[in-house]
Amino acid sequence: MAMDLNEIEKLIKESMPDAKIEIQDLAGDGNHYSATVTSSTFAGKSKIEQHKMVYNSLKGKMGNELHALAIKTKE
Amino acid sequence: MNQQINDLISKEIENNEVCLFMKGTPDAPQCGFSMAVSNMLKILEVNFKGVNVLEDEKLRQGIKEFSDWPTIPQLYIKKEFVGGCDILKEMYENGELTKLLEGKNINFKKKN
Repeated sequence: MAMDLNEIEKLIKESMPDAKIEIQDLAGDGNHYSATVTSSTFAGKSKIEQHKMVYNSLKGKMGNELHALAIKTKE
Repeated sequence: MNQQINDLISKEIENNEVCLFMKGTPDAPQCGFSMAVSNMLKILEVNFKGVNVLEDEKLRQGIKEFSDWPTIPQLYIKKEFVGGCDILKEMYENGELTKLLEGKNINFKKKN
């Protein structure tokens, strides 16, 4: 039940190619991450929609393999 | 999602203007993210109902489908899904949360 930092980045990149992504492994356990995602595709969308886009890019891993990913989105 | 869980969630959201689906209870949160949102509401002295999803595995999964949101906590204000911990934290820090509460006519403690 852990996920590699690079895999998270790869998945987000795949669905949002222009995204700038900064990920931190908060606890060093491969289970608690924080990601700041900057992408032009967020423009005009609500925070909820923006976060959903990031969740969707993780293809159902959020809440399963990936226990905790704090998300911050920026346009 | 089964109809019973769907009805249960709808009922909680309809009967409680501010409804927080969380792990644990407001007095004894079982997860740091649930605690964070619960504490924000407490600091603002917002009257809210905490629904403990750990009491029922079907509810825990059901709320994720209901909101189309993969994580818990989840906050509803007047039947509108506001967000999870990250969004609430941001809104709390930049003042959007109090604006939203004001806009929805929810009582809270204003800073002096």
